[in-house]
Amino acid sequence: MQPFEEIVVEHGPMVRRVCRALLGPVDTDDAWSETFLAALRAYPDLRPGSNVRGWLVTIAHHKAIDQIRARARGPEPAADLSDRPPDGAPGPEPADTELHGALAALPFKQRGAVVYRYLADLPYAEVGALLECSEAAARRNAADGIARLRRHYEKEPR
Amino acid sequence: MNMTPTDRQILDDLTADDEAACARLRARLAEQADRDGLLDLSYRTTDSPIGPLLLAATPAGLVRVAFERENHDAVLAELASAISPRILRSPRGVDDVARQLDEYFAGHRRIFEVPVDLQLSKGFRRAVLEHLREIPYGATESYTVVAEAAGNPRALRAAGSACATNPIPLVVPCHRVVRRDGTYGQYRGGPEAKHALLTMEAAR
Repeated sequence: MQPFEEIVVEHGPMVRRVCRALLGPVDTDDAWSETFLAALRAYPDLRPGSNVRGWLVTIAHHKAIDQIRARARGPEPAADLSDRPPDGAPGPEPADTELHGALAALPFKQRGAVVYRYLADLPYAEVGALLECSEAAARRNAADGIARLRRHYEKEPR
Repeated sequence: MNMTPTDRQILDDLTADDEAACARLRARLAEQADRDGLLDLSYRTTDSPIGPLLLAATPAGLVRVAFERENHDAVLAELASAISPRILRSPRGVDDVARQLDEYFAGHRRIFEVPVDLQLSKGFRRAVLEHLREIPYGATESYTVVAEAAGNPRALRAAGSACATNPIPLVVPCHRVVRRDGTYGQYRGGPEAKHALLTMEAAR
């Protein structure tokens, strides 16, 4: 089995991008740390030959959902993880870039599909499994998400 | 999906990484893991006059010192299977060792004061290592004397292999064991390293 340090060095930056894109800058570090602590705890039991990238992204996904629910339990109404536009639900933290702001404004499933497909490099079948939708729906959500980000970029060129 | 230049720009922006942030997160992870009892092995490397050394520690103490010729990556992989894959680069239990090794090579230290974990050696080999810790700086002993002190005067060959496979060289000073004819015998760090250490200790 690979020493865990190698896993952190290899996948740490990817998990950080995923956490940042899902949660915004304020909660990124905590989500990253919780993901890797949980992974370290479970690591000796990981089956040989497992897909480490997918395993880590799955843990990060659950940590992000926990964070979003915890935020929603605050003064805000219940978290909305559905396809509907956010209407202020899964409250995006103040974003540190225009692009992250645009990403935070996407419905969760579009945001998740863009992040898991393009930042985590997962196949659509795994993206769908994480977002509890079909492979085709995952593909559609990613395309719709990217299209919205594209509009944002073309409106406000950097 | 066909990527437009804008899409590429979007993805480039989202994948811009902050090296410093990742390094800070890794350091914090090691601290949290240690606090939560999940850091089974910590390690670092340190430079020395006989080449870069890998230092690895369990919560009980220093468990492995490895020379460059042993291949540090291979040694970490061995530790992952022999002890635990919960391994992180961390100062825990190894920064003190690195500092004391610096002092040793500078001629300012004769005794190492760090906890050691001898779990990688069992039985007679372990008895040999425990005896080696009593051989003082600058002195040498023959394999015969070592075998006798470890409780089995006839186990010459076993005493030799215990020294040759000592997991904690330098701190457990197997380099102080030499053949009766004065030649050096095997050393994990190579004969040149053993020669350099004995010459250094004899000069002071």
